[in-house]
Amino acid sequence: MEGALLFQLLLNGLIVGALYGVVAMSFVLIYKASQVVNFAQGEFLLVGAWVCWWLLTEWQLPFWAGFLVTLAFMTLFGIILQVVVLRPLIGEPVISVIMATIGLGIFFQALMKWIFGVFAKPFPPVFSAERVSVLGLEVQTAYLLSLGISLAIMAGFGWFFRYSRHGLAMRATAFDQQVAQSLGISVPRVFAMSWAISAVVSAVAGVTVGMVNGVSSALSVYGIKVFPAVILGGLDSILGAVLGGLIVGVLENLAQYVDGQWLNWGNMYQVAPFYALLLILMVKPYGLFGTKNIERI
Amino acid sequence: MLDTAQHPASAAASAAAPPLLEVANIEVVYNDVILVLRGLSLAVPQGGIVALLGANGAGKSTTLKAISGLLKTEEGEVTRGEVRFAGERIDGIDPHDIVRRGIFQVMEGRRIVADMTCLENLRLGAFTRRDNEIRRDIEMVYSFFPRLKERTGLAGYLSGGEQQMLAIGRALMARPKLILMDEPSMGLSPLLVKEVFGIIRRINSELGVTILLVEQNARMALSVAQYGYVMEQGKVVLDGTAEALAANEDVKEFYLGGHGAERKSFRNLKSYKRRKRWL
Ligand SMILES: Nc1ncnc2c1ncn2[C@@H]1O[C@H](COP(=O)(O)OP(=O)(O)O)[C@@H](O)[C@H]1O
Ligand SMILES: [Mg+2]
Repeated sequence: MEGALLFQLLLNGLIVGALYGVVAMSFVLIYKASQVVNFAQGEFLLVGAWVCWWLLTEWQLPFWAGFLVTLAFMTLFGIILQVVVLRPLIGEPVISVIMATIGLGIFFQALMKWIFGVFAKPFPPVFSAERVSVLGLEVQTAYLLSLGISLAIMAGFGWFFRYSRHGLAMRATAFDQQVAQSLGISVPRVFAMSWAISAVVSAVAGVTVGMVNGVSSALSVYGIKVFPAVILGGLDSILGAVLGGLIVGVLENLAQYVDGQWLNWGNMYQVAPFYALLLILMVKPYGLFGTKNIERI
Repeated sequence: MLDTAQHPASAAASAAAPPLLEVANIEVVYNDVILVLRGLSLAVPQGGIVALLGANGAGKSTTLKAISGLLKTEEGEVTRGEVRFAGERIDGIDPHDIVRRGIFQVMEGRRIVADMTCLENLRLGAFTRRDNEIRRDIEMVYSFFPRLKERTGLAGYLSGGEQQMLAIGRALMARPKLILMDEPSMGLSPLLVKEVFGIIRRINSELGVTILLVEQNARMALSVAQYGYVMEQGKVVLDGTAEALAANEDVKEFYLGGHGAERKSFRNLKSYKRRKRWL
């Protein structure tokens, strides 16, 4: 019984951690490409999930249609945010840019509450079977789907950055903007694209979480969980973000187990990742996968 | 206006066809205050190799950046004069558009993307292309630089010579009409310098790419170029065919001469000479 509980918690940790990893990847994408620390990442999940919810319930669209329209909307959303809010701030002090993204976060948080209310709303059921059994464990279908989607997004990122023309252009821009321009890459376009991709991927995560837990402003918590994940992984490493997310997810659930079994402090689930973060940063100040610069003259 | 009387090559060329690249009397200012180019003119004929020589700080790199538009990325601006490529004005255009028009700058210091592989760097060079001959061109680049094919690791770990070859190969991947090459011999051993200049000559003759070559190594540059310009403090102070420049006493003294004891007094001597001859 105890062993089964532990195993179940680990599995949960991996599933949630994979989602953290996905959100962390989209956070790192923006940071790497345009050097902006996006404090509104969690609100991207929120906006995406609400838009999808609205299309499915108010407009009664079938899931696939509502989902695709949501992705199209989030593409525009990301581009418009970058062009209208962030582009004019290029060259301004880091603190101004940070304040702007914090402001965006608060704005969308409030806007969503204003439009959709403060109570969680369930997604219309997407699957016929609520639960399936995997290796003798009961798993919610939506969880399984969530893991599948997370893995697909990660594979997609891997392909994009290794093989696609625009993925290479983004890496070149992250490496050196002047070099990128000398190769014919439009840096403003790369910035806009990174925001669009980030918004779309976050929205997918938001919809996935929404299908499991319902949609509410609690979704933006993912934007906060991103910080231990990306700092663990190293702010500028996409792979590190994925691993950092997984670690945070597993740690949370382990901490809950330890707490439930022995400590009974009650809030370990929330704070354990941050304790781990402190410990790791003491040993490796640039995170587990922070940049090692290659230099050669 | 380009003063054709002062530029025999462009005069000769314009009789037949306008030069591929024409820089007319440009002034370049950095950060709105630092005046670096002060009325610089030059012309590069279609299919030629033209050398741009001059001491450190003369404004050679600035000239190339004014042509490629990269000036914009360094708070620099062409405030007077014009740059024409294939008859069209290109000053003020964004650098990524200029690459699409067929001008590719191989920047000083190679500037390859260190955290990518050789192959990825080459594929990046083809960023502006959408055709399906990219694979073929990668093989073509490998035929120019066979040793790049064996390097599968990160480009940051290549030797200086290999990085220079990669930088040139990456430029070829864009299929440019004009390559602006900034000090390709910098930091290379004499043997490698020879190899790189051999390649530059082949790129020009076999692929028909026009080249504007900035060099400190004047002897090498004049050995591959047909025409050359010598600049000092943001201006062209002397120009002529490569043979004429190589035979010119001042060029010999300042750019082809020894690098030993004279170096110390080089600066004073130069400004004295300039006053006497050119101002
Ligand atoms: N980005 C810049 N901002 C301000 N001044 C610059 C910049 N780049 C070059 N300069 C100045 O312009 C002059 C010419 O530089 P440069 O074109 O690099 O010369 P060269 O390539 O002939 O050595 C130098 O005095 C240099 O200090
Ligand atoms: Mg220079």
